[in-house]
Amino acid sequence: MITPLVRIERLSKTFGSGDTAVRALVDVDLVIGPGEVVGLKGPSGSGKSTLLNVIACILEPTSGRFSLNGDTIWDGRYLATDLRRLRRERIGFIFQFHNLLPFLNAIDNVALAMTLAGVPAAEARRRAADLLDYLQVGKRATAMPARLSGGEAQRVAIARALANRPRIILADEPTAALDSERARVVMDLLRHVAREQEAAVLVVTHDEKIFDRFDRMVSLRDGRIEDDLRRAA
Amino acid sequence: MNIALADIRHNLGRFLLTCLGLGLLMGVALSMVGIYQGVVAEALALSRSLAADVWVVESGTRGPFAEASRLPGDAREMVQRVPGVAAAGSITLRTAEARTPQGLIRVQVMGYEPGRPGGPSALKTGRGLGGARFEVVADQRAQLAVGATVLLGGDRYTVVGTTRGLVASGGDPLLFMTLRDSQELQFKLAPPAARRASAAGAGAGSIDSINAVIAKLHAGADANAVAETLRRWKHLAALTDAEQSELLTRSVVNRARVQLGMFTVVLLFVSAVIIALIIYTMTMDKLREIATLKLIGAPDRTIVGLVLQQALILGGLGYAAATVLVFSVRDVFPRAVALGVAEVAIMAGIIGTICVLGSLLSIRAALRIEPQQALGS
Ligand SMILES: Nc1ncnc2c1ncn2[C@@H]1O[C@H](COP(=O)(O)OP(=O)(O)O)[C@@H](O)[C@H]1O
Ligand SMILES: [Mg+2]
Repeated sequence: MITPLVRIERLSKTFGSGDTAVRALVDVDLVIGPGEVVGLKGPSGSGKSTLLNVIACILEPTSGRFSLNGDTIWDGRYLATDLRRLRRERIGFIFQFHNLLPFLNAIDNVALAMTLAGVPAAEARRRAADLLDYLQVGKRATAMPARLSGGEAQRVAIARALANRPRIILADEPTAALDSERARVVMDLLRHVAREQEAAVLVVTHDEKIFDRFDRMVSLRDGRIEDDLRRAA
Repeated sequence: MNIALADIRHNLGRFLLTCLGLGLLMGVALSMVGIYQGVVAEALALSRSLAADVWVVESGTRGPFAEASRLPGDAREMVQRVPGVAAAGSITLRTAEARTPQGLIRVQVMGYEPGRPGGPSALKTGRGLGGARFEVVADQRAQLAVGATVLLGGDRYTVVGTTRGLVASGGDPLLFMTLRDSQELQFKLAPPAARRASAAGAGAGSIDSINAVIAKLHAGADANAVAETLRRWKHLAALTDAEQSELLTRSVVNRARVQLGMFTVVLLFVSAVIIALIIYTMTMDKLREIATLKLIGAPDRTIVGLVLQQALILGGLGYAAATVLVFSVRDVFPRAVALGVAEVAIMAGIIGTICVLGSLLSIRAALRIEPQQALGS
């Protein structure tokens, strides 16, 4: 059997405690294999972002267990020692807001992700330029984030997430700032990456126009998985 | 790419203004160090220029700088006869107000006998005193050029030469004149009662009184032995030049020295607090960016480097501005600002240390920033 890239077992996340406790995730089970492109939908506040943040080791879960790439990451406590290294080498995260560094231009934002992972500066810049071209924002390579349109910034952020060829790609409403044409282009790109890099792609979306781009659609409601539908091949 | 520099470039105007402001503060601290050094250097400049081997003063005093000393005019001849003494000269010292073309200034008037020990050993411009009356050699601090005239005690004096760096412990410029002129000036400036007494030739108030005798010794003569011989003379005390120098720095300018030293320490402390606060503000302004860096997996090393490099660039540019500032305005300071390579380098080291220590708090705070602080709008 192929090792799943993401394996989540009975995972719960509770914010706060006592009367004000919010159970954002309740006993979630989820397995994503290589090459799978999974959509995550659900009403606002259903726990979608929380789930992504837990997988990205940004939020510590409350109970349960999860592993990435076959390595147990959390089981009552973090077993991996260097979460940031994990994040920069194995996970590509496309945030809901682009989160580009305002003091670096587009290409440097992408190249930084690579240099942090040990790629020599010249090579990082070359690869960053290729990625931006690929995402059709090559012309804006030297623009500062403040000068980019919402869609351009989002595509630069996608380039950054893909910079180190991660096998786990998480995206929190990546197409929210894009028109449906561009949204489809981005989704096709993610599908392409999933196939080429044998990556697991988990994308939070409300956007019905792109639902057909997913192999699977997971629905969350009140922190629980409501259904997990696989598209007939 | 260097993210510390990139961030600075992104907010360049604000960063440079901060550096400039810090530069002004460091400039004050640096000039304080210079003034401290200057006070010590100035205190010794006069005694060094006079190049005395032994100072002969009134018995029971440690004059003429630390304490008042008064000797009869014939003390010089007594000193001259002591074995080992090659030359001796009488001097007088008093402060006076001089009316100069620039206005009223306070000067330290020193009378001596041209041709005998007591005059300045080097001149900046003009010539030394000859035998002529109503001539003065003024220190450049008095801002008098050769040929200028000065009114002192109702008499008009002509400046024939200038010196550099010869000031009294309070910073007043020295004005050299002949012993005779200085004694008459002394008489004119004395209160009326004392003037009547000295006109009558009464004892200590006599017009022929001096403040000290400067002795130069024969090569090979022992200053301590000569001073010891002189001390046995009635009504005379003697200090070697080493003792006089010690007295000048320990006693005469001690208070000024301690005050300036404390002021410097306080200023450095204030600078340290302000630098720490600026670095902290700079870091907290980047809270979201630092959280983003953590989000994309930047290690702590990168975060520490960002804060530390910016702190050092801030300190470095600020200190560079301070140095340029102090060196370009040092001549308009009322007191000497004695700064050499050593002082500038030591201060640079202190500022560097302050920057590193001042960063510690910010580094601690930066390392505590959680990556999720970058999420959300
Ligand atoms: N840091 C937090 N502290 C407290 N409650 C939180 C926090 N983050 C999310 N929540 C709560 O957890 C629930 C799930 O939030 P979230 O995962 O952001 O939902 P979604 O992304 O599906 O809109 C919500 O009720 C939200 O208010
Ligand atoms: Mg959300």
